[in-house]
Amino acid sequence: MVNKSPTNPVVLAAQAAFYGLFAAIIGYFSTSPDYRHLEADKALIKLSFAYHGEPVGECRERTPEELAKLAPNMRTAKVCPRERSPITVKLDLDGKTLYEGAVQPAGLSKDGASTLYRRFEVPAGEHLVSVKMNDNVRVQGFNLVKEEKMSLKPAQILVVDVRKDQGGIFFE
Amino acid sequence: MRAIEAVREGGLRLQQRIESLFDAVFGAAGNPLRHLGALGFYFVWVTLATGIYLFIVLDTGIEEIHTSIQYYTHEQWWLGGIMRSLHRYAADALVLVMVLHLLRELLYGRYNGFRWYSWISGVPTIWLVYASGIGGYWLVWDQLGLFSALASAEWFDWLPIFSDPATRNFLPGVLNDRFFTLLIFLHIGIPLLLLLSLWVHIQRVSQADVFPARPLALGTLATLLALSLVKPTVSHGKADLSLVPELLHIDWYYLFVHPLMYLTSPAALWALAGAFTLLLLILPLLPHPKPAPIAVVNPPNCNGCRRCFVDCPYGAVAMLPHPDKPGHELARVIPELCASCGICAGACPSSTPFRSVEQLVTGIDMPQQPVGALREEMERKIAALAGPVKIAVFGCECAAAAPGLEGPDTAVLNLMCSGLLPPSFVEYALRGGADGVLVTGCREGSCAYRFGTRWTEERLAGRREPHLRPTVPAERLRLIWADSHELSGLKAELDDFRHSLQSLDADEKRPRAYTPRRIAQHG
Repeated sequence: MVNKSPTNPVVLAAQAAFYGLFAAIIGYFSTSPDYRHLEADKALIKLSFAYHGEPVGECRERTPEELAKLAPNMRTAKVCPRERSPITVKLDLDGKTLYEGAVQPAGLSKDGASTLYRRFEVPAGEHLVSVKMNDNVRVQGFNLVKEEKMSLKPAQILVVDVRKDQGGIFFE
Repeated sequence: MRAIEAVREGGLRLQQRIESLFDAVFGAAGNPLRHLGALGFYFVWVTLATGIYLFIVLDTGIEEIHTSIQYYTHEQWWLGGIMRSLHRYAADALVLVMVLHLLRELLYGRYNGFRWYSWISGVPTIWLVYASGIGGYWLVWDQLGLFSALASAEWFDWLPIFSDPATRNFLPGVLNDRFFTLLIFLHIGIPLLLLLSLWVHIQRVSQADVFPARPLALGTLATLLALSLVKPTVSHGKADLSLVPELLHIDWYYLFVHPLMYLTSPAALWALAGAFTLLLLILPLLPHPKPAPIAVVNPPNCNGCRRCFVDCPYGAVAMLPHPDKPGHELARVIPELCASCGICAGACPSSTPFRSVEQLVTGIDMPQQPVGALREEMERKIAALAGPVKIAVFGCECAAAAPGLEGPDTAVLNLMCSGLLPPSFVEYALRGGADGVLVTGCREGSCAYRFGTRWTEERLAGRREPHLRPTVPAERLRLIWADSHELSGLKAELDDFRHSLQSLDADEKRPRAYTPRRIAQHG
């Protein structure tokens, strides 16, 4: 029978060993093994925007009859369709397509912003980055275009965004 | 289902062997594996206490937050640095004991029946532990914090709940000081919710084990302190929104979800997390043994002494005003809380077998093993014993299989729980012809009903009511706690007890013979 007295050296040594094991398990998995999120020679392109497309139809003036039917406080002459155009987007890298698709506007009436977030791991180095968008269903083809030769360092993040106050597509 | 049950039982046997090993080193009261819930609470308190200090010295500006953490990590390492490390390691230890606690309760099959409430209320607790811990990494605002925040945002963006992707908050130039104010609010608010969740979690257990024994508490704290000195927690480089953090020293206790998501996809991680949560939630609904009959109060034999009320491990006994006796109380069983353990019957003073009534009916009893039937069985079995040393064994259905000890000179009475044993039965057996009484049951911490072992030990030692009378010689009573895998050890202890009884003279320290009519009848 083992003497379980707390002063028994064997018991104390066993307790110390278990506490040591506990510390080792906590300490090791608290920081190890290392995790490599991105390969050393890679960079990241983030295609991300929250952008309101153009209305799907033209705005028009209400007729006097139409205005008369409205409550006095609702009588605005100009009426525009609520629904926004989906954003068609194409991202090419060195002529190779990374992403192509149409992003629908949010909301039940499709009157919200079209939002997108995509990440692409690409080799670091010089690349021709080409982004084309269409934000208006009444316009054929891409009405927003940006193409630029970029030098991407390892681990660098290139954000591709679009904002009206920035003049359209921009790289950051 | 049979294969799953076989795996569970195999796992349980392994678990019990490991727990026995730890018992030998720490003792049952200090065995960390038997007090995982208490350790979990303890680590929460440590993180809260250290967190208060860290909150005081933290500067929440976007530029200053990393600098202030760096300051107290390196310049004030002797206080702030140690506090930070303790905060981190206690949080990690919380995850470790939480997972072990979950696994242990699963192996013991403690997730259905009357235990459904504690099991189900534990599920949101897991989510809150992770929400609290992961949010803490963001606050450091180093490369790891940025990585975690971004990965979490990408995960939540998969859900169609944000009109603007949460990930866009981490594009250059978007973040400001208010973000960190929000983070602080969340990192205080969510742990408070965690505390609330823990409080809910233990609502259906009385005298919950929420603080470990002092040696275990001190030993654990000393270990975390030593770890904090040997391997202090340090930050990665300051978060830079224009760079991807490449190599990360990740905390796998909390942040394993991020590599898992990048290895699969946000949708796959949601599916995994959802399936895991759902599995835990439906476990109590899966087919399980029919619940045993619950305790029944017999009002004419209940004197309102409150012992069953005090001893019930699940608060299933309430004391109500007696309908016929003003100023008196009467026990009432709350059916949905009753575990059918019989500990209340063992606590009832009316359970004494020395009562002269023909039909022994106690104040609170178990229909499947009434105290009266137990007295009859004991009388019959003791009367049938033959040999130089006659021993009565009171076993426990959940512990080592005591029926395996039965023999011509050994009578075994297997109880639903050792806590069902009214202490006076020991004296009754000795005065009725047994030379010795061996009481066995689960080791402390293994008891399926929490307090069966402890209450029995305290009652027999005279530290708890109803107690064994001090006139009963200690030499003729032996308590052996043995889990289900320890039958061979129990047999060895029985042999040792038999030898010890043989060495006593026949009349030495023996309670006066009591030969009631009933034993004479069986004889």
